[in-house]
Amino acid sequence: MNGDVNGLGLLASLILIVIAVGISRWQRLGLEGSILVAVARATGQLLLVGLGLGLVLADDAPLIWSWLWVAGIILFAAVTVQRRAPAIPGLFRVAVVAQVLTAAVSLGVIFGLSIFPLEARTLVPVSGMILGNALSSAVLAARRLVEEFTDKRDELEARLALGCATDDAARPYLRVVLRTAMTPQIESTKAVGLVFLPGAMTGLVLAGVDPLDAVLVQLALMLLILGGVATVSTVVTLGAGRRLFTPDERLVPLLRKSEG
Amino acid sequence: MATGDPLFTFEAVGLVTDGRPRLVDVDLTVADRAVTVVVGASGSGKSTLLRLLNRLEVPTTGTVRFRGQDLESVDVRAHRRRVGMLFQRPTPFAGTVRQNLLVARDGLSDTDSGALLERVGLDDGFLDRPADRLSGGEAQRMCLARTLATMPEVLLADEATSSLDPEATRRLETLALALRDVGIPVIWVTQEPEQIDRIADHAIRVTAGRVEVLS
Repeated sequence: MNGDVNGLGLLASLILIVIAVGISRWQRLGLEGSILVAVARATGQLLLVGLGLGLVLADDAPLIWSWLWVAGIILFAAVTVQRRAPAIPGLFRVAVVAQVLTAAVSLGVIFGLSIFPLEARTLVPVSGMILGNALSSAVLAARRLVEEFTDKRDELEARLALGCATDDAARPYLRVVLRTAMTPQIESTKAVGLVFLPGAMTGLVLAGVDPLDAVLVQLALMLLILGGVATVSTVVTLGAGRRLFTPDERLVPLLRKSEG
Repeated sequence: MATGDPLFTFEAVGLVTDGRPRLVDVDLTVADRAVTVVVGASGSGKSTLLRLLNRLEVPTTGTVRFRGQDLESVDVRAHRRRVGMLFQRPTPFAGTVRQNLLVARDGLSDTDSGALLERVGLDDGFLDRPADRLSGGEAQRMCLARTLATMPEVLLADEATSSLDPEATRRLETLALALRDVGIPVIWVTQEPEQIDRIADHAIRVTAGRVEVLS
């Protein structure tokens, strides 16, 4: 196999979508519309990305275009995080800082230690993989943070009422949030190769690269993704956690319930 | 500590949250060395009044003073340790009773922890028990011991008996009176007017954010 997919092949893969829609109808899940929208959106988005990548990855394209692409990913990710947890004030800025730090650490290691050569063909896809996984963890952290601070509001206020500093009052709950945000990536790192073959490796094998070389590339990426997830989860949890307190050490009004 | 000043003073205090007035133009003096019971229906603003006293709320307008000092200018953490608070529902933290007490005062010895538990009618056998497995009454008394670990000068109780059975309620009321007798004034928020007869030296009613002194 040379990794090429022709139009007929793509149409054939749609058979699986027909099956998914059929199951939804049969079981009256009401998901037919969602499935079709998901397929249409994925197709449109990927075609657009393909066109964009074609420009960015062209032989004569300057590297700055690739960096702009990375900046675009960061901004899009930050907007997504903010939309998923709108109760946290100022989350957009926290998410931007978290993604920038994640990119700086991960890309610094990859290109600083020459794991991959710094060129558009490596910068764009590697950034996408690392920041994409970081996005999932950032969203998980932000949403869990809101849930934890809502569920444990009484305990948090009891700690504040004992004269605890906000950082000390929040620490036990932030630990829970961090664990929640990082666990899926840790579990998926444990299961890699046994349960599933990850994307980069699959892509390389499909494109005809020697499987052992593909494994080495994937291993480097998995470790960097894990590091990126740890970075983004920590920055989002600690940064957003602080924004749930006022400067005079109260919980932000959004989280208060009505009182007697 | 300033002497001669009232315990708390409200001067033209108003509080608005989400566009809704919770307290309206409150002028009030809370006496020292007494149990002051604050009664009112759910949503009347009585808990808000109490939360202003340890800066879990801040007034939109006006001034709240503690022994003459404007609460705007206090160190909030130090103030909260001086003005302890017991909440409506018991709030045991994860871990043992000992660990709960250590949150309130770092380095507290087992002897001092045992003495605190004894003060609220528990014994030092509770120290190693998981705090979240205590009964409602035991948990609320453990929370009182935890609050007392900061050595507060005042105790605020926000409907602290509302989730307790009559026996546990009586026990906590007795503890409130005992605290007053050793010089720790208590401000006791409740929805049960009969608690005025049982424990109040002074009583205040809050209705739709407005305050009326009953006795």
